Amino acid sequence: MSTQKVLMGNHALSWGAVTSRVQVISAYPITPQTQVVELLSEMCTDGTLDAEFIKVESEHSAMAACIGASAAGARTFTATSAQGLALMHEMLHWAVGGRLPVVMGNINRAMAPPWTIWTEQTDSLSQRDTGWLQVYASSNQEVYDSVLMAYKIAENRKVSLPMMIVLDAFFLSHTSENVIMIDQNKADAYLPKYDPEFKLDVKNPHTFGGLTTPDWYMELRYNIQKGMDDSYQVIRDAQSEFKSVFGRDYGMVEEYKCEDADVILVGMATAASTGKESIDILRNKGVKAGLLRIRYFRPFPFEDVRRVLKNAKQILVLDRNLSPGLGGITFQEVKSAMYNEKNKPPIYGFIMGLGGRDITVESITNLFEHAKKNDPQDIIWMEVKK
Amino acid sequence: MIEIRVHGRGGQGGVIASKILAYAFSIEGKSVQAFPEFGVERRGAPVTAFIRVSDKHINVRSKIYEPMHLIVLEPTLVTAIDITEGLKEGGFIIINTKRTPEEVHLKKTGSKIATVDATGIALKYRLGSSAAPIVNTAILGAFAKATGFVKIESIVTAIKKEVPIKPDENAKAAEEAFNSTIM
Repeated sequence: MSTQKVLMGNHALSWGAVTSRVQVISAYPITPQTQVVELLSEMCTDGTLDAEFIKVESEHSAMAACIGASAAGARTFTATSAQGLALMHEMLHWAVGGRLPVVMGNINRAMAPPWTIWTEQTDSLSQRDTGWLQVYASSNQEVYDSVLMAYKIAENRKVSLPMMIVLDAFFLSHTSENVIMIDQNKADAYLPKYDPEFKLDVKNPHTFGGLTTPDWYMELRYNIQKGMDDSYQVIRDAQSEFKSVFGRDYGMVEEYKCEDADVILVGMATAASTGKESIDILRNKGVKAGLLRIRYFRPFPFEDVRRVLKNAKQILVLDRNLSPGLGGITFQEVKSAMYNEKNKPPIYGFIMGLGGRDITVESITNLFEHAKKNDPQDIIWMEVKK
Repeated sequence: MIEIRVHGRGGQGGVIASKILAYAFSIEGKSVQAFPEFGVERRGAPVTAFIRVSDKHINVRSKIYEPMHLIVLEPTLVTAIDITEGLKEGGFIIINTKRTPEEVHLKKTGSKIATVDATGIALKYRLGSSAAPIVNTAILGAFAKATGFVKIESIVTAIKKEVPIKPDENAKAAEEAFNSTIM
């Protein structure tokens, strides 16, 4: 029988790292850091986890240490949040360019100033052009399972790119809930030891990321995009093997009552989980409503999004993030996904829940009410004090 | 779905109580969520924590505004704040106090009140210090007794698993509270 724990999202990430047998963890232990690395540091001390814990002086250094360790062939992990992720920005590019499969947990917190610790996705979505794979979770089980799958995907030689597991502050990070633990033997069979094609080796010296002239830089960027292109299949394979071994089914997206839906809400993370209750309420009132939860933001699941949305009469996108001067970031991606489709349903871009403002079942049913009565707009602010 | 709110003061273990109770329900096969008030906590200030319990997977991930049941770790909170804010009628209120339920006066009267001297029990088992006894495990025994939602055996198992300091004494405190709850 599988063991079950009641874990907060932060510790689901820590346990995911343990189950994945990470070898090097580097972290900066001060705010906005979370209990993720606190538990891991305790486990490294008491012997639960046989890994090297490198405490550093900043998030920039934390990622630099992960990059060094990964280049040397170690399975590496770190976690951060908001301003910490922003400080890593330069190093995020280095991990991608070095084709190093570092895995990181990011707790979605709004950006300061003003100083804040509550959830919003602008921190991780600001990093969308770095070349990291990004998966957004809506439960702690999904957080835990995603870590094991992340290494399987990121370390695949067809991909060789770093990956970020993203979870909402408080709504997952500090919420304790049922998590079915993975048997270590089965985890080891699912995720073998990291076996890089290239690594730093004193007996066979070479380097990563040396000066590259215009003769070859473009080809390296081409290869990064190819890694992303190939990752779709690698992700699907990792998910289907996960399902056959552990029984839990994950897709690039999650569809909820979309088959016959006229109005489909697109969202991410915990808001999309709460949204399922809203869909049930609307269905009981005779509204043909559905919900599409984007799990992978990079690579963006264009095919799934088109397949699910192409017969909808209205598309509602809920963004708990803001690109000032543009609007919601998911909205932008969904709109571009639909541009070449023959049937282009009207798309509404809703901004809601910034800085951790609660998104309730009623908040989400209100989006459907709004769309029933109004024409589509790119930026519709909901529940904002004006 | 059962929704419960825990009231205490920072340092009393209200958040831990919510986790232990969630764990006890999970032992009985329930889906659970336990979470603190989202923010920063200060020792001595009023704190709240929340629990959701369901037979099915819980999709709702917003906060709890209208709980059905209350667990009150600190008797002074009954007069310091309105603990019944948003409370639905027909549930249980478990209060740590030496008083009987008839002697407790709340703004709303639509709930069944149960009382237990969790402070006295915590002092007896030397949980926390004499100035700041830790009452969170004892009151869970009273919750099990008053509501019948969860077995005392599950509470005891959860305490032994989740409480790092004096797990056996904490378990005994819960059992003693279970047997001395006034309804």
